[in-house]
Amino acid sequence: MSEPLVFHYDIDGEDFISAGQASIQIKKNLRRIGLSPEVIRRVSIAMYEGEINMVIHAKGGTADVMLYEDRIEIILADKGPGISNIEEAMQEGFSTASDTIRSLGFGAGMGLPNMKRYSDKMTIDTTVGVGTTVTMVINIT
Amino acid sequence: MNDYQHSVLLDVNKCTGCTTCLKHCPTEAIRINNGHAVINDSRCIDCGECIRNCPHSAKKAVSSRLESMDRFKYKIALPAPTLYGQFENLDDVDYVLDGLKKIGFDDVFEVSKAAELVSAYTRTYLKTEGIKKPVISSACPVIVRLIGLRFPSLSGNIIHMLPPMEVAAYLARQRALDNNPGLKEEDIGVCFISPCPAKVSYVKNGFADYKSQVDEVISISDIYFRLINEMSHGSDIESLSESGIIGIGWASSGGEASAIFNERYLAADGIENVNRVLDQLENGNISQLEFIELNACPGGCVGGVMTVQNPFIAKARLQALRHGLPVSRNNLTKEQSQYIPDSYLFNELPEYEPISRLSGSIAESMRMMADIQKLKSSLPGIDCGACGAPNCRAFAEDIIRGNAHFVSCPIKGNESVTVKENDIDG
Ligand SMILES: Nc1ncnc2c1ncn2[C@@H]1O[C@H](COP(=O)(O)OP(=O)(O)OP(=O)(O)O)[C@@H](O)[C@H]1O
Ligand code: SF4
Ligand SMILES: [Mg+2]
Repeated sequence: MSEPLVFHYDIDGEDFISAGQASIQIKKNLRRIGLSPEVIRRVSIAMYEGEINMVIHAKGGTADVMLYEDRIEIILADKGPGISNIEEAMQEGFSTASDTIRSLGFGAGMGLPNMKRYSDKMTIDTTVGVGTTVTMVINIT
Repeated sequence: MNDYQHSVLLDVNKCTGCTTCLKHCPTEAIRINNGHAVINDSRCIDCGECIRNCPHSAKKAVSSRLESMDRFKYKIALPAPTLYGQFENLDDVDYVLDGLKKIGFDDVFEVSKAAELVSAYTRTYLKTEGIKKPVISSACPVIVRLIGLRFPSLSGNIIHMLPPMEVAAYLARQRALDNNPGLKEEDIGVCFISPCPAKVSYVKNGFADYKSQVDEVISISDIYFRLINEMSHGSDIESLSESGIIGIGWASSGGEASAIFNERYLAADGIENVNRVLDQLENGNISQLEFIELNACPGGCVGGVMTVQNPFIAKARLQALRHGLPVSRNNLTKEQSQYIPDSYLFNELPEYEPISRLSGSIAESMRMMADIQKLKSSLPGIDCGACGAPNCRAFAEDIIRGNAHFVSCPIKGNESVTVKENDIDG
């Protein structure tokens, strides 16, 4: 099967309460496919962090997860403010999250570094004022 | 696996085929077929949610009758601490223990006593090097099975300590042999007095390599009236109770976790909450915890479906009972508690076939998933349950697995039976 299996999710930026739901759905679906717990874990952590970022930094977006025979591609696209300095954003501990967000336990500046750690390949395509697209690839071995 | 023996059953005559249980089952184990509910054994975790929610009392918990103990020469009762919370105005546990002796038990061994030993050894266990943290309690059998079926990556976090009921059974047998030299192993019968059907299943199935030392499990609700009639309020009763605040605390959520004497714990109860916690834990979102106590029933064991009293009332009564007791009466010396006896440990957890997997092959599962998605997008999406499945997605999966027919959908079923061939974009 060369055509990927596609899962599409709209991430509602207004609905902070249900942030993180898409990654739970993805986890359920990957379990149904029978992927190894380790791969599922990596996908759901990477996806969760990206999903939360879209909600708290970019007012929502879309998540597309493509399952190929040998890999999983996650594309997270938003029309948010963009990231002006990627290198800085990628640093552990760097965060622009507000105090309210921090009081909820987010804003440790660990999301992007973890997304990179748990994926085999990650690219960030961003334009200030236009939006951000994060693409992550996780190999199924 | 299909050979798992359950204790939650359906009374077909009472079942009207309504969709209540369908909607409440956390593992989507129930379908309505030919006008009544059918439980899929390989998915059921004996949580009792369907019993709790059935408006027609058609779901029931199966447990032993007191008479089943007649075959033993020496009968031992193991009361769960939840039992103590069922009685109004009870100010001393001894009345309950004495009552149990009056209804025919030769000895009574409190599960709360064993719980205090388990607590002490859990504290030691948490200091062991190389163990996976957070350590998850093994006391609730529903949780152990749920993790095996749905969260296998967390199996390694489950503590390999036997649950208090099992430790109590072991110690009670030892005590019987020590105190009665003429007694043979097979003369002794051990009966757990249980708040929930999951313990019945646990006793029937054991762990992978471990056979339970409990012989029979009787429900609290079955024994309740017998017991209350025998409970005297005189002062001439034996003082039998050997447990303290910690042991009795195990009956409600948080009791076990608070006994590890470390603030870095989490205690969750109710199957939905438990599922959320396990989901987050698997995602690595809960960090720096030492210990996790999970109870399938709301409020903890006091919320079991084989009890008679409302869980919150039972909890309040237990709180009153605990007042004035010593913290713990496990009588272990510091040295003794440093070393966990082998008899408290089990080796292997059972391996379950993950319930959600569509097929044994990833490629085949992917094909099936694509078909399910396509089919699902052609269904109404209102999750009405009239087809007999809990929601449209589950119905689509049932069809692709070959267990259901499209025509069962009352809304779309008669439109086109060949919908699978049509190209519908999702
Ligand atoms: N989708 C996005 N759009 C705009 N800015 C983003 C986006 N994702 C991340 N950022 C910026 O990058 C910074 C670092 O992101 P990262 O996920 O590492 O940390 P955080 O979200 O602030 O905190 P944490 O993820 O630990 O809760 C954010 O504070 C934010 O300024
Ligand atoms: S006991 Fe729980 S898992 Fe089993 S059928 Fe009932 S609700 Fe579902
Ligand atoms: Mg983040």
